[in-house]
Amino acid sequence: MKKIINDPNFVVKDMLEGFVAAYPNDVKLLPNTTVVVREDAPVSNKVGLVSGGGSGHEPAHAGYVGKGMLDAAVAGEVFTSPTPDQVLEAIKAVDSGEGVLLIIKNYTGDVMNFEMAAELAEAEGINVQQVVVNDDVAVEDSSFTTGRRGIAGTVFVHKIVGAKATQGASMEEVKAVAEKVVANVRSIGMALTPCIVPAAGKPSFELKDNEMEVGIGIHGEPGIKRTEVTTAHDIATELMEKVLDDMNLKSGDEVAVMINGLGATPEMELYIVNKEVNNILTEKGIKIYDTFVGEYMTSLEMAGCSVTLLKVDEELKSLLDAESKAPAFRR
Amino acid sequence: MELQVNHVITWMEKSNEKIQTNKDFLSALDRAIGDGDHGINMARGFNEVVTKIKETDYSTVSDVLKDVSMTLLSKVGGASGPLYGTAFLKMSTSLKGREKIDYSLFVNAVSEALNGIKMRGKASTGEKTLVDVWEPIVEQLQKDSDFEAVTIETTAKNSMEATKAIEAKKGRAAYLGERSVGHLDPGSVSSYYIFSALSEVIKEGV
Repeated sequence: MKKIINDPNFVVKDMLEGFVAAYPNDVKLLPNTTVVVREDAPVSNKVGLVSGGGSGHEPAHAGYVGKGMLDAAVAGEVFTSPTPDQVLEAIKAVDSGEGVLLIIKNYTGDVMNFEMAAELAEAEGINVQQVVVNDDVAVEDSSFTTGRRGIAGTVFVHKIVGAKATQGASMEEVKAVAEKVVANVRSIGMALTPCIVPAAGKPSFELKDNEMEVGIGIHGEPGIKRTEVTTAHDIATELMEKVLDDMNLKSGDEVAVMINGLGATPEMELYIVNKEVNNILTEKGIKIYDTFVGEYMTSLEMAGCSVTLLKVDEELKSLLDAESKAPAFRR
Repeated sequence: MELQVNHVITWMEKSNEKIQTNKDFLSALDRAIGDGDHGINMARGFNEVVTKIKETDYSTVSDVLKDVSMTLLSKVGGASGPLYGTAFLKMSTSLKGREKIDYSLFVNAVSEALNGIKMRGKASTGEKTLVDVWEPIVEQLQKDSDFEAVTIETTAKNSMEATKAIEAKKGRAAYLGERSVGHLDPGSVSSYYIFSALSEVIKEGV
């Protein structure tokens, strides 16, 4: 393992300290926690928004804390959900009396820890609601399993819900728009190489030199299949087929596109993927309202990408365009 | 026979020893069908548990179990933190204020813990989760009429080994579907260590 770290046991703490040092005017770290909050939290007359999850997905989620997006992000250990006590601290720090909405990616651990925190907060008299993001079409939903995972589409939820809450909308309205985004966002990822959790010291899975995995999760969870690496054209075609199959888009529909790098993918390759995605959408008569290419939801040093489509209407478009001061999503 | 504060502390110490010894094994099991951090997380959590309960004076069994729960909740993370945290919290609640507990109170406490795990994880038997160890243990405890070291060890070990043949329906392993068959469930293995440690405490004399 080669990494620029000090002690593998302190990577999260060290990273968070460096993060808040980079944006002192926007965010701060709650003392003795792994919670990054807006510098001016709690913001009065606004529903508080809290997200979070395991670390290793930077800039998610701390990078999305700021005016116009999240009020707090809770960081867990690498690829491990944050604990209920930490989430509770975040909820308490951002509640202005209007209630707090938790934005949770659909993983067993995240859902359990955030739910426990919600129960603890409710016991303290705070109105806590939650929305679970499950945009990854790779894993089929089923009542017998955990269901679909939450991946890069979560960033669109942060942005749009953040804009809605900033307008002073009620908890009911904020939650409704969150559910609308979740219902209209779909993603899928692929990887060329695995990644190494610092405390583990070795890759969580292996891929041969000529192999790629389609449908992989952001913690290296197995996807749909392993095949030989093909061209960007073929990769984009396959990813888009899975996403479009699930979306029922018609000619004339409008989408926002996110081409997300998983951590070790050159921007050159992301733009090549975007060219292919752009062609596919154009051929189908689907309008591209806006495009985001870069690293939004990474998986340490994994090489690969994910493609996210968000079907937008006038409401979602205006919320997507609204101002954001979050360090990783300035608008 | 009655379980007292010092027994519960020894139980946690022995659990911690087993988890520390098998930390890499637990992570390796988790790498095969999960995300590979079960050993790291459990080792961190139980190490903190032992530190916490060693430096605290307790008068009741329920207070020890409550600290075990809160420490696991705040130090383990992942799915295991809330699951084990809930289990020990339910035990603590059902034994509230007790300085020592007889067998029937103990059985009731473990049964409450199982209910807590099922509620938190929305899981039931046969889904390749720690329920597959806790459920048979509760059934066995209800059959026995007193603390039996041998039946606890045997039941926990057999049911842990039986998870190998199960297809996962819950947790990250569920993404693998049939590919999860042939692998032990890491959470069931860590649960086995906890009951194996309990068995040793009983063997030494409760």
